[in-house]
Amino acid sequence: MRTRISAAQVRGAFVEQVEAISGENLLACNQCGKCSAGCPVAFAMDMLPSQVLRLAQLGDETVLEADTIWTCAACQTCASRCPQGIELPRVMEALRLIQMERHGDHLGSDRLAPETAGGLPQLAVIGALRKFSQ
Amino acid sequence: MTIPYFPGCTLSTQASGYDRSGRAVAAALEMPLEDLPEWQCCGATFPLATDNSMALVAPTRLLAEAERAGGHVTTLCAICFHVLRRTQVALAEKPEALERINWFTETPYEGGARVSHFLGLLRDEVGWEGVTARVTRPLAGLKVAPYYGCLLLRPEREIGLDDAETPTLLHDCLAALGAEAVSFPYEVECCGAYLSVSQPELPRQLSQEIVASARAHGAQALVTACPLCQYNLDSAQRPQNGEGVAANALPILYFTQLMAVALGLEEESWGLEGHVVDPRPLFEKIGDRLRSRLES
Repeated sequence: MRTRISAAQVRGAFVEQVEAISGENLLACNQCGKCSAGCPVAFAMDMLPSQVLRLAQLGDETVLEADTIWTCAACQTCASRCPQGIELPRVMEALRLIQMERHGDHLGSDRLAPETAGGLPQLAVIGALRKFSQ
Repeated sequence: MTIPYFPGCTLSTQASGYDRSGRAVAAALEMPLEDLPEWQCCGATFPLATDNSMALVAPTRLLAEAERAGGHVTTLCAICFHVLRRTQVALAEKPEALERINWFTETPYEGGARVSHFLGLLRDEVGWEGVTARVTRPLAGLKVAPYYGCLLLRPEREIGLDDAETPTLLHDCLAALGAEAVSFPYEVECCGAYLSVSQPELPRQLSQEIVASARAHGAQALVTACPLCQYNLDSAQRPQNGEGVAANALPILYFTQLMAVALGLEEESWGLEGHVVDPRPLFEKIGDRLRSRLES
């Protein structure tokens, strides 16, 4: 995978947008990996949480295509362990919002069949729709 | 003395057993729960974007209702508790967001509500000795793994209920009921939460690992305080081929259900409907053990 690194990208509009929506300072991350180590769903992700943050730091917009941001369960384990106090769940949410703004909802209520959604606790359906659609 | 209570959408329907057992336990402890006169769903998620005031409207209205009911509101649902607590913190840190929301909703919140979780009330207001004093059916010999999940505790700075890495609330509750709390490595590990909607195989796998770990440490059941954790851990034990649950399946109980049993409340209040892994055989075992102790 070829990644282009440039100061213009690091200080560009995408990084500014992610930081404004999340309220987080992406450059505070020193890639220690505690977030990835503690993430309960990291095994199912195409990119580790720390890798998502790394690409976001570099202003690389291909990070928006990662499955990771939709596999995040917002369990807050990463946020509770980050030694730099970065709230990675907020960064994940910012990336989801930017991606949905550009490409539409990730999960539509039309995709919830009564057979699957019918037995689920309401809070799961509401939570998933609020995280994965606008 | 009644305690203003916000049940939330899920406890009012699919997790009605949690609500019913919670109300019965509170009444038995002389602190009956009284619903807020007006409430709606808290939103089920706390908005993580810094500029999303709209998603704070529902929980802010609930906080305003709590203020009108005297200031304090308690919850059983871990998600409702999480959303309300974090909303309180967010509004305190951003007065301009509160101002905007108050202008929009026309039911102003003045910033003075107190949000508690029922477990916190048990620890801080009743006291665990106070709970033990009212136990008539001690759960002696019952080994239960306390499962805390995620949102009841994290982020600790904002939630402030218990230590987020090594909590003791559910351990202490179990001990107060005479049961043996079985510590295990997955106590604060995520069950997969709302991924049950989008990627159900993930919560199924995570939940099976959590239950397997509890079983390997000797647990006969798990307790939880979250309706989504209960659903994930319970339904993950339903085999995919449609047959009955395995013989070594573990019942997933709400802490209030065990409390209802231990406090000697009638079976109707235990709220045992809707479980995939039937807890009744476990309770029959407790009953037999108690009977044999009384007879010996």
